[in-house]
Amino acid sequence: MLKGRHLLDPTDFSPGELDEIFDFADQIIQSPAQFNHLCDSSILATLFYEPSTRTRFSFEAAMLRLGGNVVGFSEPSSSSVAKGESVADTIRTVACYADIIVMRHPKEGAPRIASAYSPVPVINAGDGGHLHPTQTLTDLLTIRSVKHRLTGLTVGCCGDLKFGRTVHSLLKATSRYPGNRFVLISPKELRVPDYVTADLTAKGIAYQEVERLDEVIGDLDILYMTRVQKERFFNEDDYVRLKDVYILNAEKMRLARKDMIVMHPLPRVGEIAYDIDDDPRAYYFKQAKFGMYARMALISKLLGKEPLALDERARGVS
Amino acid sequence: MLTITSIRNGIVIDHIRAGFGIRMFYQLGLDKADYSVALIMNAASTRLGRKDIIKIENNVDFDVTMLALIDPNVTINIIEDEHIVRKVKPELPERVEDIITCKNPRCITSVEKYVPHVFTLVNRELGQYRCQYCDEIYTVGQD
Repeated sequence: MLKGRHLLDPTDFSPGELDEIFDFADQIIQSPAQFNHLCDSSILATLFYEPSTRTRFSFEAAMLRLGGNVVGFSEPSSSSVAKGESVADTIRTVACYADIIVMRHPKEGAPRIASAYSPVPVINAGDGGHLHPTQTLTDLLTIRSVKHRLTGLTVGCCGDLKFGRTVHSLLKATSRYPGNRFVLISPKELRVPDYVTADLTAKGIAYQEVERLDEVIGDLDILYMTRVQKERFFNEDDYVRLKDVYILNAEKMRLARKDMIVMHPLPRVGEIAYDIDDDPRAYYFKQAKFGMYARMALISKLLGKEPLALDERARGVS
Repeated sequence: MLTITSIRNGIVIDHIRAGFGIRMFYQLGLDKADYSVALIMNAASTRLGRKDIIKIENNVDFDVTMLALIDPNVTINIIEDEHIVRKVKPELPERVEDIITCKNPRCITSVEKYVPHVFTLVNRELGQYRCQYCDEIYTVGQD
């Protein structure tokens, strides 16, 4: 039962519960119009304490396509946060107006605090360099749709693995499925945090940390590219030195398997050459669309708006 | 050679890693004690080379798990009539609140001051705790 639950961490839901969301997302993909009124009269609050384009648009589009409404702010300067209001107080107030809250925050763990003070579901839309569980729903739905499985995969993650919250979430979630192994491709300075590798080691999951993409790309079922994010660095010099280290181009793609897929949480800033976009293995824009469907399914489930209830409503069952 | 007399009734915290005695001293609030307390630093030790020792001439009641968070290898000797009647090895607690502080500058606890610092034990052998909010690992005795 997902109604009323929070999503703060990609492992908050069991693989069975995730399947429930993905199955529902598949239904929406098949016939989106059928769900146009599923969340009529419900309100989603989007609290974005740091900039976002696609995640915020994706959530807002998802709610609007379900017939619901959206309130919120896209930068803290336009809210009472600028006056120094605490997360706890903001959430207690917003929860008076909204049925479900989506929060992005530059500080790690902020959505967990929000959830402690919220009577309505809180969804973590990215907290600092920590986690991004709805991107993970997007990623898993994409992989499931293309590969028809979430097991027995060799997943390569490339780029900024230290501050890349999408990677941390993806590793955490996919390491729960049997037979998956991971190749972590990054410069030494941007390796995944200790807590991530400690988790993999504790679970007995096979992984390797390497520095060159071209040496391992041929082994991969999935290549998950990430942007080296300027806002995660403490100084400009480090950013400039490392931002272009790992660029995927046609030459490297020639070394990859025919059925490997390239994913990216977007936006990209040069780490994937534009001539890759037409390669049938490039899935990053399709992935963005899957993200909206995954969020539609998630919002509906957390609000307890089941498709069954819709059918019953159509039949006049109260 | 420094001589500190043995105590009659009280507690001796022994085998403290050199340099950690002072932290334990303050953590236990011994700076405010109105009974005899001795903090011995850098005493010779066959096991550790150098060690700190705290002698407390009083049967104070304190949370021994807290000592484990500073140095899990300490030995606590309970003294009665100048004899050791019991030895206690403190165990790391499963969950600690507001004892360890999260060092991650990106953690929400660095800005929302009303939030308690909560850590849960993830690896007893390695003495590793994880911040409830940001997952930062804290290893006992490493700072």
